[in-house]
Amino acid sequence: MVDVTDKIMKYRDVAYYSGCALEGSANGYDVSTRAVAKSLGLRIKDVTDWNCCGAMEVKNIDPGLQTYLSSRVLSNAVNIDHANVVMAPCNGCYHNLKKAEYDLTNDPKSKETVDRLSAKAGHEAYQAGQAETIHALDWIKAAIGEEGLRKRTKGRLAGLKVANYYGCMYVRPRHIFPEKDKGPGSESTSRPHFMDDLLAAAGAENVEFPLKTACCGGAHTLSDSDTSTKLVLNILQAAEASGADVIATECPTCHSGLEMHQVRAEKRFGKKTRITMLYFTQLLGLALGIGPRRLGIHTNISDSTDLIIDKRLT
Amino acid sequence: MPIHEKSLIRPENLKVHETLAIDGIDVSGHWSTFIETRVVPDYNENLELEIAAFPGGSKIHRCFQCGSCTNACTVNAIEPRFNPRYWIYLIRMGMEQELLRDKDIIWQCVSCHKCTNICPRSVEPEGVMKATALWLEDKGYVPKSPAHVFDEEFSRQVIERGKIEDTEVLHKFLSKTKQPLVQDWLVAIMWGIARRLPVKWGIKTALAQVFKPKARRWKNVRSAISDYIYEEDEMRRQKLQTIAAARTSQTPQTHLEAAE
Repeated sequence: MVDVTDKIMKYRDVAYYSGCALEGSANGYDVSTRAVAKSLGLRIKDVTDWNCCGAMEVKNIDPGLQTYLSSRVLSNAVNIDHANVVMAPCNGCYHNLKKAEYDLTNDPKSKETVDRLSAKAGHEAYQAGQAETIHALDWIKAAIGEEGLRKRTKGRLAGLKVANYYGCMYVRPRHIFPEKDKGPGSESTSRPHFMDDLLAAAGAENVEFPLKTACCGGAHTLSDSDTSTKLVLNILQAAEASGADVIATECPTCHSGLEMHQVRAEKRFGKKTRITMLYFTQLLGLALGIGPRRLGIHTNISDSTDLIIDKRLT
Repeated sequence: MPIHEKSLIRPENLKVHETLAIDGIDVSGHWSTFIETRVVPDYNENLELEIAAFPGGSKIHRCFQCGSCTNACTVNAIEPRFNPRYWIYLIRMGMEQELLRDKDIIWQCVSCHKCTNICPRSVEPEGVMKATALWLEDKGYVPKSPAHVFDEEFSRQVIERGKIEDTEVLHKFLSKTKQPLVQDWLVAIMWGIARRLPVKWGIKTALAQVFKPKARRWKNVRSAISDYIYEEDEMRRQKLQTIAAARTSQTPQTHLEAAE
């Protein structure tokens, strides 16, 4: 019993790595994450002097450099903020911190690169195992849990049909997520369900959505837009066919990709879809009785105003 | 022996005679199908080594051609020519000219990691695709891909300031790839937000253009990274030179010359 309480307490006070996208285009995700944390009484403290995790783009130029950039974020969280849990809501950031952890544990060359660059840059090198990286989904699931959410949300999302969209970086490649696929209670990389669990606890009805982990083409959202538009259109049409009112997202790249290519699909291919997207933290915020503006819903490209009124979510 | 989700026989090399009689026996139609032979005279025996020298390509030698990557591939589902298993086969066989037939689409990998996730041999095919795309550019076979332009602009901002700024990435990318800044879908998005956008948000976005997001205490990091990139480029250049030198000394004559 003590063990369980310790675990909950550990996740109630975490370092928060928002990342570049949440400072910019995905501001609604950042605002709603902070609002939900406040409402749930969870303490999140921004990682001091954080930098970009390296994302897909730096990894393509040099994977070693991406590992170093991610390791610096972890190093700051550990050495400056004395944190042992780093929470990242962005799938890309989360993926990269996890990958850095994996590389530093398993690949001596990555460790040598990180040690050398950290020494040159004049900060402590991050050592594998010093911190645990978790996603915003893991964080709410561990710190509050479904039971806690059920009590606090009083089923406010009842009548709302949700397609949960997890994207690529939260589950693939599975070897960088050693804590997943561990049976009941753990997250699955082939059929992830943490977002389903949380939103169901808030009263939502999760539809059977086969494209939970399909790719939105986010890597080439601008450089090969037609491919991205085709992939996104597929996801949007599948969500509509599954009867969902809204797609719940957990990644700024997926979210803005769905929004942008929904418009682009209409403009370029003449394919109109009506479904809207909300970050899962925005949905949880609504369930907790937080007003839509305080969750940054009006800053999303995809306009969910009508949905919120129709479903009486305020 | 490669699996047959992709045939090495080109459709244009299949010859069928509509009317043909051999020794008085009618073999018209598909009975007379012949495959026109072609000779591959220009194996690049170092192709695998060259591609392995680029970022992401180092595990290509582990492939045993199961085809799980192609089976899982997001892009293959919408463009059947996009075939990681087949390209890895060609690279490992040294069939450079065959690979070049697909040179314009290799960069289109969307990095969904379905291949790397499923690969039973930890080849990391996603990385191999990126390495192959870089190799094609390095050899001058293709111009710099839009994806590479994007990666470079993104990385430039990260190295310079430690963070990126969304609208700057968008703006610089469109101008570097000579695309008009006014795109119909972009205008539609802007109008959509403008109707709901509070003034506060507009001001915030405008301010981000002037006071770009920066990581603090970044100066030393920037110089450490710059040195590292220079060293890595230099090492790769030397590695490729060594590979090229070994090639010329080992193969004094081509296969065709040997046959003659």
